[in-house]
Parts: sequence; C-alpha cells; structure tokens
Amino acid sequence: MLWQALTLQLGYNATLVTLGALLLGVAAGGTGTFLFLRKRALVSDAISHATLPGVGLAFLVMVALGGDGRNLAGLLFGSAITAWLGLLTVQWLNKHTRLSEDSAIGAVLSVFFGAGVVLLTVIQTMSQGRQAGLDSLLLGSTAGMLFSDAAMIAAGGAVVLALALLFRRPMTLVAFDANYAAANGLNVSRIDLLTMGLVLAVTVVGLKIVGLILIVALLIIPPVTARFWTDRAEEVWLISGAIGGAAGYLGAAISASAPNLPTGPIIVLVAFALFTVSLFFAPARGALSSVLRHRRFQRHVHRRQGLLALANGLPIYERYTMRLLSQEGLIRPDGVATKIGERQAASAMQDEHRWRLLREMPAHEDIAARYDGLSGLETILTKDQLRDLDAKLAEGKT
Amino acid sequence: MSGAEFVPLSLTPMLIGVFAAIACALPGNFLVLRKQALIGDAISHVVLPGIVVAFLVTGSVAAGPMMLGAAAAALVAVVLIELIRRLGKIETGAAMGVTFTALFAGGVLLLERSDTSRVHLDVEHALMGNLESLIWLDATGWHSLLDPQALAGLPNELLRMAIVLLFIVTLMFVFWRPLKIATFDEGFAHGLGIPTNAIGLGLVMTAAIAAVAAFDAVGSIIVIAMFICPPAAARLMTDHLKAQIWWSVGFATLSAILGYVLAGYGPLWIGRSDSVSAAGMIATVSGVILALAALAGPRRKGLTA
Repeated sequence: MLWQALTLQLGYNATLVTLGALLLGVAAGGTGTFLFLRKRALVSDAISHATLPGVGLAFLVMVALGGDGRNLAGLLFGSAITAWLGLLTVQWLNKHTRLSEDSAIGAVLSVFFGAGVVLLTVIQTMSQGRQAGLDSLLLGSTAGMLFSDAAMIAAGGAVVLALALLFRRPMTLVAFDANYAAANGLNVSRIDLLTMGLVLAVTVVGLKIVGLILIVALLIIPPVTARFWTDRAEEVWLISGAIGGAAGYLGAAISASAPNLPTGPIIVLVAFALFTVSLFFAPARGALSSVLRHRRFQRHVHRRQGLLALANGLPIYERYTMRLLSQEGLIRPDGVATKIGERQAASAMQDEHRWRLLREMPAHEDIAARYDGLSGLETILTKDQLRDLDAKLAEGKT
Repeated sequence: MSGAEFVPLSLTPMLIGVFAAIACALPGNFLVLRKQALIGDAISHVVLPGIVVAFLVTGSVAAGPMMLGAAAAALVAVVLIELIRRLGKIETGAAMGVTFTALFAGGVLLLERSDTSRVHLDVEHALMGNLESLIWLDATGWHSLLDPQALAGLPNELLRMAIVLLFIVTLMFVFWRPLKIATFDEGFAHGLGIPTNAIGLGLVMTAAIAAVAAFDAVGSIIVIAMFICPPAAARLMTDHLKAQIWWSVGFATLSAILGYVLAGYGPLWIGRSDSVSAAGMIATVSGVILALAALAGPRRKGLTA
C-alpha cells in the first residue's frame, strides 16, 4: 500500500495531493531558508494565523455577492490580504513602539486568529455557511481535492520557487548581514518585504494541504535541518528545498496509504523525523560529530602536553594523559618514557622550538598566527623552509 | 437585564474569563519584558498533545488527568526547546518553531487515530474553548450567591481558575524581588546570588500552569492573547513595573468582560439571533486595546524617544 502510494499508483486524487505536497514542500523549504537565516522564523507564525479572518471575510463577501462561498481561489485571496495586514502590523509595532518583535508576533497572531474565530462562528450560524467546512483550513484537508485546487497549489508553489530562485542572491545577502547589504546599495526593507511576501505566498498556498497552524513547520523545520549539513548558504537553500520536498512527498504518500492519517500532521512529523536524524548524525554540525570532534581535540591536547612534559622531564599526574600515553606505548606504567616515547617527546619539543623561533621572524607572521599548540610545523612549511629554520635554531644554541 | 437571567447564564463564564485573563496576564508581563512572549504561544500549542495522551492513558476527560497531561507536555516542550537549542546551536525562535509544530502535529495525529467519538475532545475545542457552556444552572438570581445549595452547583472551572489565580498572585508576591531583578538585569541578579536559571524556568512553569488551567475553560486563543496583549498594552502606558502590572490586570479584566458581552449580546443589538465565539471576541477586544495603546499610549516610544 505504502509502496503504491510512493509510486503514485493510488489513484487520481492521491497522486494530485502527493505532487502538490512535493511542490509545496520544495517552495516552503527554499523560502523558509531566508527567513531562518534572517533569524525571523516565527514571523511566519503570525502570518499564518493572520490568514484566518481573511478566509472568513472572503466567504462572507462571496456569499453576499451571490457566489459560492467555498471557491478556493477567493478564500486564498482573502487570506492573503489579512495575512499581509498582519505582517505590516508586526513590522509597524516593532518599528514605532517599544515592543519587541516577539511581543508583536504574539499579539498579532492571537488577535487576528481570535477575530477569525469570531467570523467563523458568524458563518456557522448562516444558512449558507453550515456546510462551508472552512475549519478544514485550520489543519488542512486533502480529501476530495479538486483538480483546479491542485493545479492552483502547484502553480502557486512553482511561482514562489521561481521568484525565490531569481532573488536568492540579494535575499541571502540581507539575511546574513543587513548592514553590509545596505552598504552595497541594496534596499534592505524592500528585500525583506519580498522575502516576507514569498513566505506569505507559501502560507496561503499551503492552507489547503497542511492547514494554517502547521504550515509554519514547513517553513522552519527544513532550513533548520539543512543547516546541520552544511555551512554554505547556497547549499542550505538547496538541501532545505530537498528536505521540504521529501517531507511533502513522503508525508502525503504515507497519509494516502491508510485511513485516519491526516496529511498535514504526517508531513510535519516526517519533516521532524528528518530533523531529529540530522540533529544527531549530520556530519557537518550534528551533535554526534560535534562530540567526536571535541573528543579528538581533547585527545590531541592531552597527548601533546603529555609529550612536552616528558621532554622536560616533568612528572605527569593527569589520569587521562597517562592512559593515553601508555595506550600508545609511549610511557611505562610507572610514568617513565619508553624509547618511542622519548623519540616522540623530543620531536614534539623540537616542534615547539621551531614554532617559538618562527614567531620571532616577521617574514613568517602569517604562519605564526596559525599556532595552536597542536599541529606540527612540518605540516605547514616546506622541507627547505624547515631546514633553514633548523639551521637558525642550531645557530642560536651555539 | 434581570438578575434571574444574568446570574445563571453570564456571571460564571464572565468571572471565569476574568480570572483566566488575569492569571495569564500576570506572568505575561515578565515574559514580554524578557522577550520570551512566544513561549506562551509554544506552550498553548503543546497543550493539545498533552491532553490527548492523558485521555489515551486514563480513558476519561476528567479535569485532573487532563491538566496533568497538559502540564507534563508543557514541561516536555520547554526541555525539548532548550535541548534543541543547545545541541543544534540554533536560535530560540527556530527551536521553538520546530518543537511546538512537531508536538502539535503529533497531538492531531493521535487524536485522529484514537476513538474519541464518545467524548468531547477535538482540535476546535482545544483552540476555542467553551466559555459559553460554563453556566450556573442552580442559580435563580443574585440571592443565589448567598444560597449554599445553589453555590454547590457552581461550575468546577470557576473554583479551579480562582485557585490558580490565587496561586500565581502568591508566587508573584513571594518572588517579587528576585523576579524583578532577574528580569531587568540578569548579570546583577547573578552577582547577588539569585539563581537566575531557576527563576527563568519557574516563570515559564508558572506560565504553563496558567495556560493549562485557562485552556481548560477558555481555549488556547485567549491564553496566547492574554499572555501578550494586556502586558504589551500596559508596557506602552508606563515605565514602572508595578504600574504596568496594574494596567495589565485592568486591561485583561476589561477585555474579558467587554469581549464576553460583545460576543453574547452584540449580535442581538444589531438584530441577529446567534451569539459569536466569546473566546475569539475577548482576544479581539484585547487586540483593540493594544492598538489604542500603540497609537496613543503615553510611553509607546520608550524612554529614548
């Protein structure tokens, strides 16, 4: 069943939803990257909650004009308008009052959502509103999705993706260093507005599939996950889009493979699973690799300091150092250096002497800056340079 | 309106609304000042998985297990956020976004997978509460307030909310000084030997208790709105912490009463028959108050302006 879902063989509707979720995920992951790098991830929470009153108003207006209140395009248009208002309110509060951005976000999201709930209760008491099912936009609902809905979601996702690709350079620059971007002649506030506009578009497009409460997850989790895998902005962008797309595709497929598996929450949980795996096991910045890197560093320091102590004829008391040295056969259990130990201690000592001399030579200033008390100079200098250095060392001694 | 109608139908929901609003606004003052306003948002989202798990474990929707489950979920969320922030070296906002959405998604999934058809447990209820249904059927008028038999029929939520409010007020009195110093100058507080980390965690847990108790009665929208809007509006009125707290209590009370009245009676005034969501209206009113304060509050620009 799951296999059939993954290979898009579960029928028309499931295929539509899965492809729509894939595109939505890629668009959200890509766009969310700029938001995350700009350290404003939770602004999207305000935007998504602020869509609710727009949905209600759009329904009321469409019914008042004699149309079908459930027209998805109309509902999404309305939601975009109030979401935009919500975003402007956050920025206005942040700029013109002493309130910080987090207070502004919280105020906007709760108030707009509350107003939306009031409108929903109004609609529920209307005769036309009883079957409106607007509350399905809270958590998303993919059952009985129309082809026109799916086409709109796919087209929306594609447009967002294209815009994000087109403007990725200025948006990345602003996300990393707004002052530098401004000094380079970029209009920071306009680019911020563009980023937010794309986020808003993703939110609106995602309402039908993921719902307004969980859409922020698709904007936040993929970039945070991608950040564990790389330190390069362009790669974060690509990986984040891939993770978002994978979460959308897998989530929608899993949800289609059995009853009672709501699409939105499953997509979010797949994304979270990818996040958890990356948090621990990603090679670049994962927790496990950090621990290993730290341990390796610790071992280097202890080994080096132990060897220097041996060379200076000082006794070693530190347990970890003793264990390390005796494991490598460099000292005997009573702490006296073995033959190999003496040789290595001497070479460590010689390295320290070389470094000390090097630091006094203005010509090698840039190399001297790389002294960390760990790496041997022979890994940095050429053989000729080492020979010159050793010659100077010998001069100094005589 | 006569007492015979007002006391049984509107007095208790109104009082519960006021108590819930104040209980959330009090810790909200410090959350806003410490730039942790969104912790309230995160907590109110994770309440849902908490109560769903509590329901699955106990099989009932009794208040006790629900509140325990919600409190446990809040604690799990706070720990997870901190863990992800430290392990992954990512900023708090993103860590929060990852945590509460994932937990909320888990809650919705559990709810869909389990058989909750015989009990009243769904996402809408969690969001919007059921303030309107907390009526006092045993009352017949104002004199019922002195009638022990009628008083026994008061909704449980009223007593619970009052106790939680009292608890929070007591905590604030007891920890006033360390809390104040730790909020405004963490380094100085540290120098005085105040355990700032414990104070921070205690504040968040207090907020969680307020959120969980209020959530049971009024839904999570009010909780987030009351954590942030009254304290934020109060912050625009004054530079003094004590005055700010009094303002926020006033704003919270005003929002609760005005919001309830507008939701219950407003539609009647404009000739419609059905009331609208009281929770939504209370949040909306608090937003209007904040908007007025932001436009005209005497200290809206802060000290530098």
